[in-house]
Amino acid sequence: MTQMNMVQAINSALRMEMKRDDRVVVLGEDVGKVGGVFRVTAGLFDEFGDDRVIDTPLSEGGIIGCAIGMALYGLVPVPEIQFSDFIFPAYDQIVSELAKFRYRSGGEYPSKLVIRTPVGGGIRGGHYHSQSPESLFIHIAGLKVVCPSNPHDAKGLLLASIRDPDPVMFFEPKRIYRAAKGDVPEEDYTVEIGKAAITREGKHVTVIAWGAMLYEALAAAEQAAEKGVDCEVIDLRTLWPLDIDTVIESVKKTGRVVVVHEAPKTCGFGGEIVALINEKAFLYLEAPPVRVTGFDTPFPYTLENEYLPLAHRILPAVLETARF
Amino acid sequence: MAQPIPSSASASASHTPSLDVEESDVIRVLRDDGSLDPATDPNEDPARVVSIYQHMVFVRMLDERLVTLQRQGRIGFHIGSLGEEAAILGSAAVLRKQDWIFPCYREFGAALWRGMELQAYMDNMFGNAEDPVKGRQMPDHYTCRAAKFGSVSSPIGTQITQAVGFSWAAKIKKDELVALVYFGEGATSSNEFHNGMNFAGVFKTPTIMFCRNNGWALSVPVARQTASRTFAEKGIAYGIPGIRCDGNDIFAVMKATKDALAHAATGKGPVIIEAMTYRLSGHSTSDDPKAYRKEEVVEAWKKRDPMVRLRQHLEHESLWSDARQAELEGTLETKIKDAVTASEKKPAPALETMFEGVFAELPWNLKEQRDQLLRGPRAKGH
Repeated sequence: MTQMNMVQAINSALRMEMKRDDRVVVLGEDVGKVGGVFRVTAGLFDEFGDDRVIDTPLSEGGIIGCAIGMALYGLVPVPEIQFSDFIFPAYDQIVSELAKFRYRSGGEYPSKLVIRTPVGGGIRGGHYHSQSPESLFIHIAGLKVVCPSNPHDAKGLLLASIRDPDPVMFFEPKRIYRAAKGDVPEEDYTVEIGKAAITREGKHVTVIAWGAMLYEALAAAEQAAEKGVDCEVIDLRTLWPLDIDTVIESVKKTGRVVVVHEAPKTCGFGGEIVALINEKAFLYLEAPPVRVTGFDTPFPYTLENEYLPLAHRILPAVLETARF
Repeated sequence: MAQPIPSSASASASHTPSLDVEESDVIRVLRDDGSLDPATDPNEDPARVVSIYQHMVFVRMLDERLVTLQRQGRIGFHIGSLGEEAAILGSAAVLRKQDWIFPCYREFGAALWRGMELQAYMDNMFGNAEDPVKGRQMPDHYTCRAAKFGSVSSPIGTQITQAVGFSWAAKIKKDELVALVYFGEGATSSNEFHNGMNFAGVFKTPTIMFCRNNGWALSVPVARQTASRTFAEKGIAYGIPGIRCDGNDIFAVMKATKDALAHAATGKGPVIIEAMTYRLSGHSTSDDPKAYRKEEVVEAWKKRDPMVRLRQHLEHESLWSDARQAELEGTLETKIKDAVTASEKKPAPALETMFEGVFAELPWNLKEQRDQLLRGPRAKGH
């Protein structure tokens, strides 16, 4: 075990897999010599050379389009999109091509990438360095969507993602890149895609979160406990395919649920989670499911902490749900 | 038989690709009398030229048959290559066994040339249970890995960067091959053309960018795609050499592709070829071109029909005859008819197949939705 932050854990997973499997290549803007703007790919260029750690022209569409071609050839590309806010020039390639290749070719051309990209607010980056577009990818048939909240899961989920046969959107919550620290095994291990973690067991209210907001949910849960409300906090870890069993089992136990995410409320993933809970556990509900989310506005700069669903907004929602 | 385009047609050159015989940078081999220009003649084996011609007749007959099937309501759609066969087959015929094709959506002739079975192609046209893509895509959106032929999709230009990435990966792995990517001149306006050209230029990938300049992107003429004089010269900005050829002259297309292959396959990087041809049909069976182009321009191009010109050459060389033509057409007629009959009899894909292949394994939500569909009422019309 070694103490690592998220950046170190992801770096360690990339290094481990590049050593193990020479088909793995990293490409993107500034990922090579400088090691990425968040230093996630630091040292890989020197270790593996510029055929495997490739600084590309400044074009997300080009990065993903070429990466798909590399995957069709048999490489396992792990492209980085510098901020998920900049992923949209590549959206056509991801939605129309990557997500559909296996299906549309009758299985002849499975095309698989792990697209790593920092996500979310909390670094005072304004709306072009802070957004959470996960639901725009969950909505697309053929993509798996992952968002770890801690170094252990980041390494294990990235190794699992690279070895998974399907395309994976790997969202890295940049607010906790360095803030989230923990013990990470030095050896090879994976965290199964599609499995949530119950981070805090409780019996009164289920709080569902992922990424950086997990810590806000946990903080709110601690404060709620002081007021006699015992929260069960679920870290989804994989957003799609959702670990529906863990979610439904918890909601059946508590009868009350609060979903937390940074993305805007309307058509955010919280809406889908609540709909599934209604479909599968309606008669167990003791209170209307609640969403604590970003607002239906662009992500603001100065008022960032008002926009984010931080603990001070989660707590009242939890208490209200508990007392409904 | 082939004649220079009348001046009335040349006057509307801004709406058609120019095929001015005087333009010095255009590769031309096949002369109007059917002889070949010795200065540019790629010196193809005559027997091979005959086999390419026979395939061209096959593709033309298939094309016409598919349009009829669509008009009869027996298939839903067809997007053909009428008039563009030399551009497509001439380039495909030059590629080596190890080379790959990243198709646009008009290159079924290239897929069949490289070994895709007619029956598999026809099964795709009917979207039946034996369709290689399992009825999941509309007609003419097939795939054939065995022929080193990629997967057809409808979005414009997306295959260009993929071809670049594919051939780049081969270069990284030190495997000697070239990827040839087809696109129309309309695609040169797309993001992915510029991305692909730029990445290919920077990384010197072994890619042949094959632009079929057929005059039309559906209803929009070339003058609305670019203010450049040519499409080949777009390579200059990316450090990529460009070649223009008469796309209705199969020898010119073969010469251009051979030159490009010699360049790309020896580590010198990508090449863009502009094959100047003409889309004689509508964009697809869903399109009526009478609404946006004059019939006399089309008539002028029909006089430069690539199949007619190639046949004229073969007759000039005493390699072909009316009798051989009649025999070939008879054989092909039967072959096509048999394939249609067989495809039409096959059932639609099983319901479960709609859910398979989205992921390597079915996640819970797709299992749920599949089971709901299987339990529920059936739709009409498949």
